[in-house]
Amino acid sequence: MSVALSIVDAVEEKARLEGAGRISEIELVVGRMAGIQPESLKFCFPAAARGTLAEDAVLLIEEREALGSCADCGSTFPVSFYLVECPRCRSLGVRVVSGDEFLIQSITIEEE
Amino acid sequence: MCDTCGCGPEGEAVLRRPGEGSGHNHEHHHHAEGGGHQHLHGENGDGHAHHEVHHHAHEGRAGRKIGMEQDVLRENNLLAERNRGYFEAKHMLVLNFLSSPGSGKTSLLEKTIPALRDVVPVAVIEGDQQTTNDADRIGALGVPVIQVNTGTGCHLDALMINRAVKELEPADNSLLCIENVGNLVCPAMFDLGEALKVVVISVTEGDDKPLKYPYMFHEADVCILNKTDLLPYVEFSAETCRENAMRVGHDIEWFEVSVKTGDGLDQWLDWLKTRLERR
Ligand SMILES: Nc1nc2c(ncn2[C@@H]2O[C@H](COP(=O)(O)OP(=O)(O)OP(=O)(O)O)[C@@H](O)[C@H]2O)c(=O)[nH]1
Ligand SMILES: [Mg+2]
Ligand SMILES: [Zn+2]
Repeated sequence: MSVALSIVDAVEEKARLEGAGRISEIELVVGRMAGIQPESLKFCFPAAARGTLAEDAVLLIEEREALGSCADCGSTFPVSFYLVECPRCRSLGVRVVSGDEFLIQSITIEEE
Repeated sequence: MCDTCGCGPEGEAVLRRPGEGSGHNHEHHHHAEGGGHQHLHGENGDGHAHHEVHHHAHEGRAGRKIGMEQDVLRENNLLAERNRGYFEAKHMLVLNFLSSPGSGKTSLLEKTIPALRDVVPVAVIEGDQQTTNDADRIGALGVPVIQVNTGTGCHLDALMINRAVKELEPADNSLLCIENVGNLVCPAMFDLGEALKVVVISVTEGDDKPLKYPYMFHEADVCILNKTDLLPYVEFSAETCRENAMRVGHDIEWFEVSVKTGDGLDQWLDWLKTRLERR
């Protein structure tokens, strides 16, 4: 919920600067290791957006795969919280290189 | 309302000293009237980056699409880093205690503080939605404590800590313990500027908890399994729980304690004393 509120705060601020009447669409990017459940975010969003410029906004969430890189053999492969073994050499020396991003990519505003 | 943690949109954090009836110092949090949000305009020099603007057709209407590429937690993360810099400059060690409601965070502090206060000055920030009960319990030990009531907010954030620390004026070289609101979801996402996240879990909760809340255990530096005195009465494998925690947080420091009987507390206290020495 608090995360949904942070999104609403940020997009409202931006929309006001742009002179928007309302926000019709919000694009988010959520990495699989960001700790965000897209479903619960979608569930929380209407309550968080009530009475704001984002009240009727459509929430589009792009999920990005998380990638790990093996310190031993150098290969790169998808990872999750539970899967941290290199599929090629079985090493556990895996570093997460992407997939913890949580971004507001864009908003679409209506002038009216 | 939020399905995961039950927090609501109308929140307002209040700082209090133990025993204080009504709070002084209101923070209009989230959707307070007049848009009094907790943004720190200008202070961080976070100018609004330039963005591409182009037209975007959406269901036949012509809206204007504006690129943002903004980290959702940016405001909090920037302020958390400022807190961290302040703590480092004062040679403080700051711990953020996290758990489900009732796992024993306050009880653990009640045992930890008396054992350390001769070694190092200790101060506490208590986060709770309502009441100063926990701050009263800590205040009874005679150490400085501030209660932050988050209202319907389900976690502490970096701004609340920034303000609480200004009130608390912790000593140089001190240990600051922050007890977060009982919740395993949102508090994990909000960096407060702490050095270590300490997750407390009790044997009445189920040994698969680390798998249900992987992000929390992934972020944790220390995990304390509490209420081991109850192990004979519940179906809970400490070993399974530990393995599950290690699967999602590979370098977690693991302790098994009973705050009630004192079992295992020495290992935790010794480790913490060592950690205090190399701060
Ligand atoms: N049996 C047993 N009970 C414990 C132990 N530690 C704490 N408790 C009990 O658990 C209950 C909750 O403890 P608290 O310390 O208030 O828990 P908390 O995590 O601070 O709770 P919130 O702040 O409400 O989230 C109390 O009734 C404690 O007496 C333990 O080691 N064994
Ligand atoms: Mg407590
Ligand atoms: Zn490999």
